[in-house]
Amino acid sequence: MKPNCLIVWARNNGIKAWLYLLPALLVLGVFQIYPIIKSFLMGFYTQFDYLTDTVYEWGLGNFINLLHDADFALAIKNTCILVLCAAPLSILVSLLFAALLNTNIRFRRFFQSVYFLPFVTSMVAVSVVWAWMLNKDFGLVNAILKVFGISKVAWLTNPKMTMPILVVLAVWKGLGYRVIIFLAGLQGIDARYYAAARLDGAGSLRRFWYITIPMLKPTLVFLSITTVIDVFKTFDEVNVMYANDPGPLKSGLTIVFYIFTKFYRHWEFASAAAAAFVLFLIIFLVTLIQFALTRRRED
Amino acid sequence: MNIRLEHITKEFKAISIPRSKGDTGESRQKNVVAVKDLSLEIAEGELVCLLGPSGCGKSTTLSMVAGLERPTSGEIYFGDTPMTGIEAEGRDIGMVFQNYALYPHMTVRENIMFPLKMRRASRDERNERVEAMASMLQLKELLRRKPGQLSGGQQQRVAIARALVKQPQILLLDEPFSNLDARLRIELREDIRALQKRLGITTIFVTHDQEEAMSISDRILLLNAGVLQQYATPQEMYRHPANRFTAGFLGNPPINFLPCWYENGRVKVLDVPDWTLPSDLIQPSSQNIRGEALLGIRPEDLVVQAPGCCPARVAAMQPLGKEVYLKLEAGPYTLTACLSWDHDYQVGDLLPLSVKRLHLFPLEEAEGGGAGEA
Repeated sequence: MKPNCLIVWARNNGIKAWLYLLPALLVLGVFQIYPIIKSFLMGFYTQFDYLTDTVYEWGLGNFINLLHDADFALAIKNTCILVLCAAPLSILVSLLFAALLNTNIRFRRFFQSVYFLPFVTSMVAVSVVWAWMLNKDFGLVNAILKVFGISKVAWLTNPKMTMPILVVLAVWKGLGYRVIIFLAGLQGIDARYYAAARLDGAGSLRRFWYITIPMLKPTLVFLSITTVIDVFKTFDEVNVMYANDPGPLKSGLTIVFYIFTKFYRHWEFASAAAAAFVLFLIIFLVTLIQFALTRRRED
Repeated sequence: MNIRLEHITKEFKAISIPRSKGDTGESRQKNVVAVKDLSLEIAEGELVCLLGPSGCGKSTTLSMVAGLERPTSGEIYFGDTPMTGIEAEGRDIGMVFQNYALYPHMTVRENIMFPLKMRRASRDERNERVEAMASMLQLKELLRRKPGQLSGGQQQRVAIARALVKQPQILLLDEPFSNLDARLRIELREDIRALQKRLGITTIFVTHDQEEAMSISDRILLLNAGVLQQYATPQEMYRHPANRFTAGFLGNPPINFLPCWYENGRVKVLDVPDWTLPSDLIQPSSQNIRGEALLGIRPEDLVVQAPGCCPARVAAMQPLGKEVYLKLEAGPYTLTACLSWDHDYQVGDLLPLSVKRLHLFPLEEAEGGGAGEA
């Protein structure tokens, strides 16, 4: 076979495309797909040697243990509360800011950059700063409250404060990213529709409701799915703000924190793997539900 | 409801013009005047076309009437009510946009119903009116579809239904036929004309197509560079163009212009000694034309007739079936004539021609020309 024929044969069989994809596939396979499969399998190890990677016994023991672990139940509860509060609020707040930025206000670029800053900053650094701001005795937040005559709040040691802080942090952290995406969506809406709606008698609020929201739907679906996934994976801010602790009375114990603790603190690799698998299942199911809900509306 | 515009001017601000060579100053800021000191009145139930070349300010004028743009100065009245401070939402106007601007996420029914919903009309009233509109515009079978599933002509009808469903006092149409093919245009413009007459709704129609304007409007408002050129009935505007621009803009093929000398009621075309034009057919566009002037002859006003007052030689011909366009040469000038095809014309023939009507314009025109009311 002449080399020319080989090339033609390769092209006709899509081999050329595969060759181009190969480098990326290799990296993804080694560092993403293999670990996912491995950790999934590891969830079923009951007797094993981690160092030599030999398994003596397989079973559902890890999953049964998880079901009986009060900490895991708490982690799921905390995470779900966090998702239920933070995800909708994130979407609402960023949509509001994007809508405001989309009007021709002054210093628009400046605001856009300011909102985007948290997104490009390391979450660890951000959490350290927040921990300091929320410090009971020296923090900025309490200092400001003092000006208004409000007594000190024990932000970081009062378990009731943990969830609100995490929610605010989640909303603030992704604000810039979501605002940018929303702005792109908003700018894709043709101004003629607004002109038509005005002549049809729709005031600005109703234009927003009847024109902006429906036309922004693809953006809304994308952002709500990615935001929910993001919040489900909350870990860094808890770990840094509460100094390697899941918050007062475990009030900030999230699923990822639970997995982290199992793995690095307790060295229960199989339990951690099982918990990670459960988290994967939860996110997968929630995403499917979101897809199904938005799909049905379409018809 | 009648519409009155009083001294409407619209400027768009601060288009910075890049510094040119030799310009020592900072980059200049220049306001673009889109519409300049426009005054007119549209009577109740009339259909008025805003006509002009692109960029002449006709769409801007329409936007100001709609309330989508604010005039820089001047006042618009609907009836006796000044419209300053009344937003587009509150003006009771139906508008059809150039690309229809149907809401893509709503069905045809929802699109037509939208203005009623915004008025908080009762459910029964909404359904009733949508049904009535749909049967009037033959949209009944399409009510469940989305705009994306409709043809251009169907979208157009939906847009008209949406504009009319709330029974507005005023209807605005912004180049409503520009996206349709020629046959559909003619069909729809007759439909719109009939509908407009039946409903007796005051209508402003923007177009750049003179034929469209001539065929459907009660009166035409001709704009150029934001300045009113003439506001008259189609017939008046065609037969008695107020200025050179109007004469040149209307008519296809366009009017022939020839430099001439005008004195004591007699006109002499320069450099063509054998032409003796009859003085009784001359229509001067203003009283104070003297000396050097511009003569306008419409192609269809040239007829073959012996002995003829203005002989010309055939340079080229373009037969069109029922008529024929001839390129004629007379002295240094080239003219177009539009003649019925009952002769066998040959290139090179010297035709004995006479004229039916002569238009006369001053060589230099003051801006705005004669903006005569009809």
